[in-house]
Amino acid sequence: MITSDGGAGKSAGPAESQARRAIRDRDLTRRDRLARLGFLIAALVPSGMLLFLAAEMIREAIPAFTFSGWGFFTGEIFSFGQLYAPTLSHHNGIVAPQGATYGALPFMVGTLASSVIALAIAAPVSVGAVLALTERVPYRLQSGLSVFLEVLAGIPSVAYGLWGVLFFGPFMAAHVYPVLASVFGFIPVLRAPVGFGEGLLTASLVLAVMIVPIIAATTRELIRTVPILAKEGALALGMTPYETVKVVTLPYVRRGILAAALLGWARALGETMAVLMISGNLLDRLPVNIYGSFSTLAASIVDLLDSALTDATGMAVHALAALGCVLLIITVATNLVGRLIIRQASGGVPLPIGRGI
Amino acid sequence: MIRHFRDLGFWTLCLIALALVIFPSVSIVVSLVQQAWPVLGWHLFTAGTPHDGLQNAILGTLVLCGGILVVTAPVGIAGGIYLAEFSHLRQGSWIRLGYETLAGIPSIVVGFVGYVVLDIELHWGFSLLAGILALSAIVLPYVVKTTEVALLQVPSALRDGAIALGLSRLTTLRRAVLPPAIPAIVSGLVVALAIGVGETAPLLYTIGFSDQNPSLQPFQHSMGYLTYVVFYWISLPSKTDHELGGAAGLILVGMLLVLIALGRVVSRWSSRYSASMLS
Repeated sequence: MITSDGGAGKSAGPAESQARRAIRDRDLTRRDRLARLGFLIAALVPSGMLLFLAAEMIREAIPAFTFSGWGFFTGEIFSFGQLYAPTLSHHNGIVAPQGATYGALPFMVGTLASSVIALAIAAPVSVGAVLALTERVPYRLQSGLSVFLEVLAGIPSVAYGLWGVLFFGPFMAAHVYPVLASVFGFIPVLRAPVGFGEGLLTASLVLAVMIVPIIAATTRELIRTVPILAKEGALALGMTPYETVKVVTLPYVRRGILAAALLGWARALGETMAVLMISGNLLDRLPVNIYGSFSTLAASIVDLLDSALTDATGMAVHALAALGCVLLIITVATNLVGRLIIRQASGGVPLPIGRGI
Repeated sequence: MIRHFRDLGFWTLCLIALALVIFPSVSIVVSLVQQAWPVLGWHLFTAGTPHDGLQNAILGTLVLCGGILVVTAPVGIAGGIYLAEFSHLRQGSWIRLGYETLAGIPSIVVGFVGYVVLDIELHWGFSLLAGILALSAIVLPYVVKTTEVALLQVPSALRDGAIALGLSRLTTLRRAVLPPAIPAIVSGLVVALAIGVGETAPLLYTIGFSDQNPSLQPFQHSMGYLTYVVFYWISLPSKTDHELGGAAGLILVGMLLVLIALGRVVSRWSSRYSASMLS
């Protein structure tokens, strides 16, 4: 069995080969040191932005969390209340419009359900596609076919949304979902009505397409680090290519693929525009079945911010900040865990970030 | 025998998976062309959105491209230089975790905070500058990362040679390390543009939308851009509006394809270029 530290032919990645050795201060001139300071400040800008975003989000969200308490996580009704009512409601020392309740449960369920379905579909498809691409497709075609991954990574979120609304959703609702409902009708959530193609399953499938690039691109870079000697050895022992993949390639990158899936999941959790366009925007209720309308944390922020601005007490904006805060904490945690795992698994090879670039 | 059938079955499944990856990208382009077909024509570029054209949105998207280049190119490239040339292993990996995580956060979070802080608390109103800053937070990680990788790929012989000749680190960087890395850095900027062009959520509430051509006023003026047309026009009642939304999407995807092609050409050129620098 090959473990990730015992690869015979593992190439020293560019990251290890070069100037990451310590620089002694006395080797630097004064101008060098000044320039280094400038570069350091620039390098800290992304981390600074991250901390700033998190701090602002939490600061904005605190009044809403105080107002709703645990009800924020368990309540099913998300309502800004009667914005023009003469009386205000007071709760836990916070003032909000009369009748305002901020319950985020349907959004959280929608976010989790859509991203988990998307991941369950995207992960095996990405790994299978990358295996076909790296091990089976002729070398000359590889770079040409990789373009499709770049295109998928770069296609704007709204274009995915438009595709879902105009073509993919109606097509699935007309031809695929009725079949699904009649074959698997014994499972309650898969039972008809199948709707018109705007809902949980359509959004999940489009999300699956959107997270394929990050999982696939990361897996591809990891598979490139698998030592060629071990693979050739397995083939020389008479194993079929499938057995080589099963015994050599996949065990070598297993932890990395797990982490890549986590990164893809984080993207699906936070995707906004495409989901907003295809979700059907059902507020205040859990979806009736897998085809039904729903909403997510990210989509509802965009959808509701317009009307939140008309709340004179400002609580509506705080409530949306609370949704964003939950979303931010989940995605940052998922990203950090994924990055830390993948860093150990990859041995310093630079891996794709963000959408898979 | 059964082993070979299993082998065949497995690779068939893998090839189907590959087809499943290729199909959506083709299907998206095809359905956009179909949707946009009736309104395609030069008037898209000469008339604004009130007259069923896209001129204001196209110009606005180009202004945003310029804006994010001005903000992210200096900061991102300098950050990448620090990571590749000056950081020690431990410190570098913390900084890297910062930009990797920033690249993974939902874009609506950036849009929301941009709106609350820049538009409201700083009283910028719907503002071009707020939009550019929000968009820069999204694309900056890509610029830092590609710059770092570009510099790491420069052979260390160049670096060591220059230092051995007694050049300072800064001169080494300027004369020996940076030149062969420039094409790869440029292709990183191209990628950042491709990402930036397609974003919507960070802009919706920071920059608003306007029917007029961009005024280039940094504060208190909204501006049109293509992704908004795709998102909003599809919810308008008339069929022409839907088709205009499709046309905006098609132009966006067209820009994306051009940028990807450009990135490929530049990076191919860069590998040949750095090979020639070595010999």
